[in-house]
Amino acid sequence: MSRRVRLLVFLIGGAAVAVLLSLAFLDMPHVGRSEHLYRDLAVPASVRHATANVVSAVNFDQRAVDTFGEETILIASVVGAAALLRPAKEETERRPPDTSRILESTRLVGYLLLPVTLMVGLDVVGHGQLTPGGGFQGGVVLATGLHLLYVAGSYPALDRLRPLELFDVLDALGAATFAAVGLAGIAIAGSFLTNMISFGSLGQLFSAGTVPVLNVAVGMEVFAAMVAILAKFLEQDITVVKRDATEEAGS
Amino acid sequence: MTVLLVLVLTLVGVAGTAVVLSSTPERMVVTYSLLGLSLGMLFMVLQAPDVALSQVAVGTAVMPMMILLATRTMQKDRANRRGEDS
Amino acid sequence: MNVYAYFVAGWLLLVGGYGIVRSRHMVHAVVSLAVAQSGTYVLLLSIGYQRHVTAPVFGSTEKPTKHVVDPVVQAMTLTDIVVSATVTALLLALAVQVNKRQGTVDPDELAALEG
Repeated sequence: MSRRVRLLVFLIGGAAVAVLLSLAFLDMPHVGRSEHLYRDLAVPASVRHATANVVSAVNFDQRAVDTFGEETILIASVVGAAALLRPAKEETERRPPDTSRILESTRLVGYLLLPVTLMVGLDVVGHGQLTPGGGFQGGVVLATGLHLLYVAGSYPALDRLRPLELFDVLDALGAATFAAVGLAGIAIAGSFLTNMISFGSLGQLFSAGTVPVLNVAVGMEVFAAMVAILAKFLEQDITVVKRDATEEAGS
Repeated sequence: MTVLLVLVLTLVGVAGTAVVLSSTPERMVVTYSLLGLSLGMLFMVLQAPDVALSQVAVGTAVMPMMILLATRTMQKDRANRRGEDS
Repeated sequence: MNVYAYFVAGWLLLVGGYGIVRSRHMVHAVVSLAVAQSGTYVLLLSIGYQRHVTAPVFGSTEKPTKHVVDPVVQAMTLTDIVVSATVTALLLALAVQVNKRQGTVDPDELAALEG
């Protein structure tokens, strides 16, 4: 259908959706009310399992099966993106051009901040049960920190320090650890992903049972997944080119 | 609803509209980063530090990088194709 | 004014949909989808919000108490943000390949799906 007809259909549908949403929103309890049934159940359960960060407890203890499902979505998307961005038959990889036009100040700041960011990322992953943070956020911070090497340095430097096979293994290891902890839950306590290690006390580093272990597993997986995806995009942009006609005739 | 919450919500609405009304992908990247930052502020005002951390990490670093790389790859491929055809 | 947050969420959703419908560049469509997704985050978090209470994180200064905002919606939203970044990566990879095969970034000009 033409653009005009498509816009018309969207406007009619959008208006209907807007009317329905408005009717629903006007009937909803107002923002900032005090009755929250889920919170009244989730917070005491998290404190019982000695988890100071209730959001981590909900993610990795009370609703851990849903987090397992989301991790599977993550790994499936990475596999899909990697498959789509492979160099095709008519393409080949070439050595990246040498661009040394980076400002000295960018280089300095990047190299100074690289170890700091990596340490902050590890801290966010490790303290997920105590402070805001956890595997998902820490993994993204770690992946971004690693790419400071690309921003401050050059693509060959990043390529040397980022063995892609290692990251593939790390990705699979993270997902497998999550599943292994779940299966251990069945073996020890009777149901999948039960929190069966000793809980410790609220506020200690080794508290909350399996939550730190699952945080580390998810942190590894998200880190490896983000690095793999960005690596594929960078390769497509920098190193993959169409095969020359002369090169094909010669070979 | 405090004044701060209303202001930040309005900022998010305006930033979202600006992203959709951007004309080129490069402009879209900048406005999308602004939307990410406004969302991070909104999540902090709504007392959600975990979510704000997640949003700022993803929306200001990873997503713009992916979008820019994809846009550049597509531009280069089209330029190559035009160079071959001519 | 008490339900303003929900209306902002609905507005983001509709604006994202409008962007997808009117886009002339595949990357524009993908980013508009991301805008629509952020509307759902706003909706979820404003449902769980309570005035005059703090974040659901306890520590040495915050004793465990029931006067925190709802942690369940926050847990749902934070995993969703990270996972949707990877799904967006998949969509962008698809767009890059379509551009290579069809030579166009305009969704209206894609010919392979026509009969």
